[in-house]
Amino acid sequence: MADPIITVNNVSKAYGGVKANVDISLTVERGSITGIIGPNGCGKTTLFNSIVGYHPIDTGSIKFDDTEISTLRVGDIARLGMLRTFQQTRIYGKMDCVDNMQISVSHRDGSKNSMFASRRGEIRDRAEHLLEFVGLYSKRNLISGDLSFGQQKLLEFAMALMNDPKVLLLDEPTAGINPTLINGLIDRLRRANEELGITLCVIEHNMRVIMNLASNIYCLSNGKMLASGKPEDLQNDPRVIDAYLGGH
Amino acid sequence: MLDNLQLLFVYAPVMNVQMILDGIFVGAVFALSAYGLALVWGVMNVKNLAQGDFVILGGYVAFSLYKMGVHPVLSIPIVAVVMFMFGWLVYISIIRRVIDNDMFVSLLATFGLSLLLQQVMNLIYGPEVQTIDSHFPIATMFDDFVTIPMVKVVSLILAAAFAATVVIFMKKSRMGQAIRATAQDARAARVLGINTDNVFAFTFSLNASICGVAGVLVSMIWVLQPFYGIVYSLRTFAIVTAAGLGNLPAVIGMSFALGWVEQYAGIIAGAEWQVAAAVFMLLGVLMWRQIQLRRQRQVVR
Amino acid sequence: MAANSIAAPAAGGTVMTKNQTLLYLAIAVSGVLGPILFPNYIQQMAVLWVMVLMASTWDITGGQMGYNSLGNITFFGVGMYVSAVIQVSMFYDIGLYTASYGAIKPEFTDEQYFTGLAMGILAAGVVCVVLARLLGTVVFGLRGPYFAIGTLGVAIAAGQIAGTIDTIGGGAGISMPFLPLDIQYRSIFFYIICFSLAILSHFTIRWMFSTQFGLAANAIRDDEDKAEAMGIPTMKYKQFGWGVAAFYMGCIGAVFGNMVGYIEPIEVAFPAPTFGIFMVAMALLGGKGTLWGPVLGAVLFHVVKETTWTYLLGWQWVALGLILIVNIVYFQQGIMGWLQTKYPEKFGIVVDQSTTQAKEEA
Repeated sequence: MADPIITVNNVSKAYGGVKANVDISLTVERGSITGIIGPNGCGKTTLFNSIVGYHPIDTGSIKFDDTEISTLRVGDIARLGMLRTFQQTRIYGKMDCVDNMQISVSHRDGSKNSMFASRRGEIRDRAEHLLEFVGLYSKRNLISGDLSFGQQKLLEFAMALMNDPKVLLLDEPTAGINPTLINGLIDRLRRANEELGITLCVIEHNMRVIMNLASNIYCLSNGKMLASGKPEDLQNDPRVIDAYLGGH
Repeated sequence: MLDNLQLLFVYAPVMNVQMILDGIFVGAVFALSAYGLALVWGVMNVKNLAQGDFVILGGYVAFSLYKMGVHPVLSIPIVAVVMFMFGWLVYISIIRRVIDNDMFVSLLATFGLSLLLQQVMNLIYGPEVQTIDSHFPIATMFDDFVTIPMVKVVSLILAAAFAATVVIFMKKSRMGQAIRATAQDARAARVLGINTDNVFAFTFSLNASICGVAGVLVSMIWVLQPFYGIVYSLRTFAIVTAAGLGNLPAVIGMSFALGWVEQYAGIIAGAEWQVAAAVFMLLGVLMWRQIQLRRQRQVVR
Repeated sequence: MAANSIAAPAAGGTVMTKNQTLLYLAIAVSGVLGPILFPNYIQQMAVLWVMVLMASTWDITGGQMGYNSLGNITFFGVGMYVSAVIQVSMFYDIGLYTASYGAIKPEFTDEQYFTGLAMGILAAGVVCVVLARLLGTVVFGLRGPYFAIGTLGVAIAAGQIAGTIDTIGGGAGISMPFLPLDIQYRSIFFYIICFSLAILSHFTIRWMFSTQFGLAANAIRDDEDKAEAMGIPTMKYKQFGWGVAAFYMGCIGAVFGNMVGYIEPIEVAFPAPTFGIFMVAMALLGGKGTLWGPVLGAVLFHVVKETTWTYLLGWQWVALGLILIVNIVYFQQGIMGWLQTKYPEKFGIVVDQSTTQAKEEA
């Protein structure tokens, strides 16, 4: 069981006087689905940004597959096989969906050949297959910027899968998605985890979603690690309930 | 080059006094136009590449007035008003339409404006180098080693006085407060009932006015030429990039620093390196910012 | 908004259609017939191809990647000087040659001249690629306006520095070796080189943007942070794109220097306020970020400029500044962009009505 793919050790990060993360430690097991929850402003996204390299951390260490990544830059970390999606969905708005997918192929073995690889053949087949997987096949030739917010979110997810990452960090994947589509999304996340073998680390506000999805959950509050454990343990933890209901 | 270094540091170290003073005199002019750029950049996010041409244009307006018999010092308020109106015109016809677009559009539009102004000035005033003689005496120090034309001292005092006026205006007046509010958050300002379109127009016109006054000082202590504007633009960009927006002491400090760099580059490497020195300073600042931000895992944007 | 949302054809536009074949044929025919039918305007036509090349190569980073360089002209001038130095110094002492301000006209044999020219053009391209690689590490760390201003600074600095180096003639410049051909063949000779380089650059760009490179370039344009986060090695793509532009700009600079016969740093080699901004204006006029936009823009711009220039009596530069401003302020999408939104079907783009429902569904 103990085969961590991400190990965060005593990470602290402050913006000026605001301590966004204090002494955070967590591990993500290979092949698991890990959840991170906490009330708004508790430092979840800051932690995410620290892991994927958007800003320097003040103290602590972050290891990915035994490689220290806390000083690497975003692109280097992505090429190691760790991807993230954005809370405010980000896609290439003026390109069509298939193009969005095709350019998302993995750049891990970034040889010059891949720079001028053909756009047809295998890459295209995979792009279309994954678009089908997220239910966007019929929209494949549309300019992605014209899609609805929910569809863009699905496209971003499909793009991440296209990259074939080892770990995928999802920042609120269900925010802004029509409730009737959420079950389908949970199902797809689970299938990506089981069938494609991608380790998932999910920030989520929707308790029902995260309790269903994750095997292990960390709860942050005020920048500190409040509690961690199995979903059913956390669900009944008075500290977690407090953090969500009281005091804020 | 070595000879010049020897001259500066071995034979006649007092010449350094001259260099430092000259650096301050020209630096004061740079500071004015740099403050103007920081203003439009900070408030309306317009990178005005015609900044230097506004300076030169202001100088030529003073030159025309001088031909009509108006003393350059007296022409400052007239130039300020004329350039203010000119700035308003430019805002209405060009800037207003590019302000919401991506940065490159405003940059390119002002570059187009810069070319236009250069050519119009070239047609009207010709490509010759012009200057205004304001008949101030010249003082000397250290056995004539250091000469201080009083016109430069006057220009420094005028620059300081004008800058102080603008700063007080920004602090105290209603419009100044509206400008600062808009700079912080244009949308919030709009919600609170500030007419941001007016604020933008005023800011841009104020910038043109500041540049115009800087131009008058240039015409007094230096020379005017229709195509010199672009160098002033690059200088102001170097200063503002190095000093950051909304940091007046840093803008003044960097302006003096640039003045000194240019003076020393001119004397050590030759006059033709004076322009190159300004450009190298810009590139150097950009590189330095990159290295700085790289440590923050960020890029210069 | 959803009513006319457009979708690109599945083929991605990489297959040569019948219309395109006809277009290329027409260009080839006019390129060959032009100098035969109008022998008095060969030089202007050669410059037209130079303009086409400039606008097209600018568009690699400018239009397609969103990296709006104002300094591509640097490579033009550097190529010009590199070629001049190579052509002279292969057979003669360059210092003596430039010091005489054109008074010494060493006799180059035909063979010497043509090997010198070939080597010069090639070396110009190679040196510019190396230069782009070095400069790129600095300027591509800058985004948006800083990139534009930084590259403009580079171009102006290049002109200033060239003016201080005495071996290459300093501010006075160099007069180039003379083409040992009869006068009527001179312009046709350079016309052929310019035409070939323009065509070559066009097909290079066309090929580049039919591969994954094109998608990566557009991804960088749309959202570079996202591209980084997806692991696209953006620096490599930017460097490569600029390198290609630098190569062709260097080569065409070398040819241009020989064509005008005399090189001088500010007006001829590093004319940032003229050619440097023309190429941007042409790409914008035709429609940036498209294969044909810069070509169309260059042709239109050059034809209008050449036909009206002499009638404007000194106001031509003013008119040019006005055109540039009007173009940027009121007509940013350019001709191709305007046509594509107006008549999407004509471009093989299908209008998809289902988007309307798609919006409501999600």
